[in-house]
Amino acid sequence: MNKRVLFETIRTLVAIGVALLLALIIIFSVSDEPGYALERFLLGPVTNLRNFGNVLEMAIPLIFTGLAISVMFMAKQFNLGAEGGFFFGAVGATALVLTFNLPPVILPVAAIIVGALAGGLGSALPAVLKARMGASELVSSLMMNFILFWLGLFIINNYFRDAMAGAMASHRFPDAAKLTRILPGTRLHFGIFIALAMVVVVYLFLYRSRWGYALRMVGLNIRFAEYSGINTKSVILYSQIIGGMIAGMGGTVELLGMYPRFTWFQLPGYGWDGVIVAIMARNNPLLVPVFAFFLAYLRIGADIMARVTDVPSEVVAIIQGVMIMLVTAERLLAGWRHRMVVKEKMKAAEAAEVEGGGVQHG
Amino acid sequence: MGSLFDIIFSANFGYAVLRVTTPILFASLGALISIKAGVVNISMEGTMLTAALAGVAISAYTGSAFGGLVGAVVVGMLLGLLLAYFALNLKTDIILAAIAINLMASGGTVFGLFVISGDRGISSSLASKVLPRIQIPILHQIPVLGPVFSNHNVLTYVAFISVALVYILLYKTPLGLRIRAVGENAHAADSVGISVKKTQYIALIMSGAFAGFGGAFMSMGYVSWFSTNMIAGRGFIALAAEALGMGRPFGVLLTSLLFGSADALANALQAFRIPSEFVQMVPYVVTIIGLVVYAQRKHSAAQKVRQEDRA
Repeated sequence: MNKRVLFETIRTLVAIGVALLLALIIIFSVSDEPGYALERFLLGPVTNLRNFGNVLEMAIPLIFTGLAISVMFMAKQFNLGAEGGFFFGAVGATALVLTFNLPPVILPVAAIIVGALAGGLGSALPAVLKARMGASELVSSLMMNFILFWLGLFIINNYFRDAMAGAMASHRFPDAAKLTRILPGTRLHFGIFIALAMVVVVYLFLYRSRWGYALRMVGLNIRFAEYSGINTKSVILYSQIIGGMIAGMGGTVELLGMYPRFTWFQLPGYGWDGVIVAIMARNNPLLVPVFAFFLAYLRIGADIMARVTDVPSEVVAIIQGVMIMLVTAERLLAGWRHRMVVKEKMKAAEAAEVEGGGVQHG
Repeated sequence: MGSLFDIIFSANFGYAVLRVTTPILFASLGALISIKAGVVNISMEGTMLTAALAGVAISAYTGSAFGGLVGAVVVGMLLGLLLAYFALNLKTDIILAAIAINLMASGGTVFGLFVISGDRGISSSLASKVLPRIQIPILHQIPVLGPVFSNHNVLTYVAFISVALVYILLYKTPLGLRIRAVGENAHAADSVGISVKKTQYIALIMSGAFAGFGGAFMSMGYVSWFSTNMIAGRGFIALAAEALGMGRPFGVLLTSLLFGSADALANALQAFRIPSEFVQMVPYVVTIIGLVVYAQRKHSAAQKVRQEDRA
């Protein structure tokens, strides 16, 4: 077991190393001041508190969508609707905080619940179609992303739009709705605690509950799960709905923590980032915050670099892609792993022989 | 509502349907070939986007629209090759590898455009070329048919002709037989000496080539520039079109036309007092309804078989 963890760790490090090496090559080939660009990229996020705060702020939505995707991927449900769920959750929360006048604490809590329900609603349709009729959740969830986006815009534009605002935007949120800032000098908000609490909740759900057990069994082998009496259809349903709910929560927390009003007029992209985080974390909820932080660090580093040098921040997209490809490449380093296993078995066999011999002589 | 019918039954609308169907049709033919070989290629979106940029950049660099087209198709094939290498040699889950390609494409094209031209988001400073439109003699003069079918971009004709070519490839050639055999049952195909890996490589590279054509059409026909995320989900809609086309080239043609019509309808409806958000939703809603209908039919067919088994 430990060998496997060691192997996966090394493979992840190799993937990250290769991706960063590639970034290095790209930066050196496009930049006139590569040394400075690289220094800003790698060290920029830790040079001052504000930058580091930016990293932590960005990690919050990534933790939520990473968890959402992890739950769905662990059940081998390729629902890619976290993007739409995240957006639509934020729309639901906007509707709530602009409609009901509730006291502080209660208002954000209610908003998060409504956001979760809205996000769950978004992923429910692909889940039902998959469970009832075997329709591919992959395609339908991708379509739902676009539908939820336009539906959300319709709701904001027609019911909550602030006509006085220059650009398209909702009315301002009441102060009671906002999540408290917790670190002076940054925008880091209370949402980080909610995100970390969700990490624990999702971990307990997956590894300490019956539902989570059934979910993992379906992910490992759906036929075996079916034969051992697990209701696989309900797993297909609740794994995706829970995933959508977590994404919706994330959208709400991001919106109430970071924005004074609803101003998203394109999909924010955190759903896709969640796929990256979940893959790097091998769907393990406890690793999700680690890789959410890592990805946020890369992003903020690239932004800082793009601000002060001639290298565009989109270089990160290439790093991400290479990392995912290499991390998921089963055969990468497989030869080395094979030799490791063989060596271990040989040693064990030798030890057994020596021991067995000893017994005979004794 | 009368004027809506006027719009739908006008030659302009027919022309628009064929025009917006073109990229979807290319991508769904590509998806069809890969799925026939038993490998799902969901990187059509990213491949089209990358090819669209390659077409613009190479046509501006070489001064030739044809050069741009060739470049776009080659880039599409290379991405198909990349996906094949990771999925078939390194055993990456093909869905995840394709997601990686899509993610790389959406940021990587922005990066690439900036490096090539210094432009952000849209290729305004690249003097890229446009593929020619073709007037079909005789047909051109016939009323109704002429305005609908003539004067399209050359790639629109290529797309529709490709339907027949893909049909011939899959059902009338040895390679097509191998592709279908591998997709039906890889073990059985292997046992009669077909190289499964090689066949899937070929299928993925071909699907990349089709995505390349689709991308070239977007940036050198549909419009005459490259812009960020200009594929706007067409690569994903194509996956739905493939699924609904029941694995047949002509089925794929019909479903692509259906989605193309929904797209064209969305454009046409913008003149009416329907909220534009709902109009924008039309193609995606149609896709989901189509998926449901298709799944329902498959589901009830399977149940029928089961009942007959029991009887």
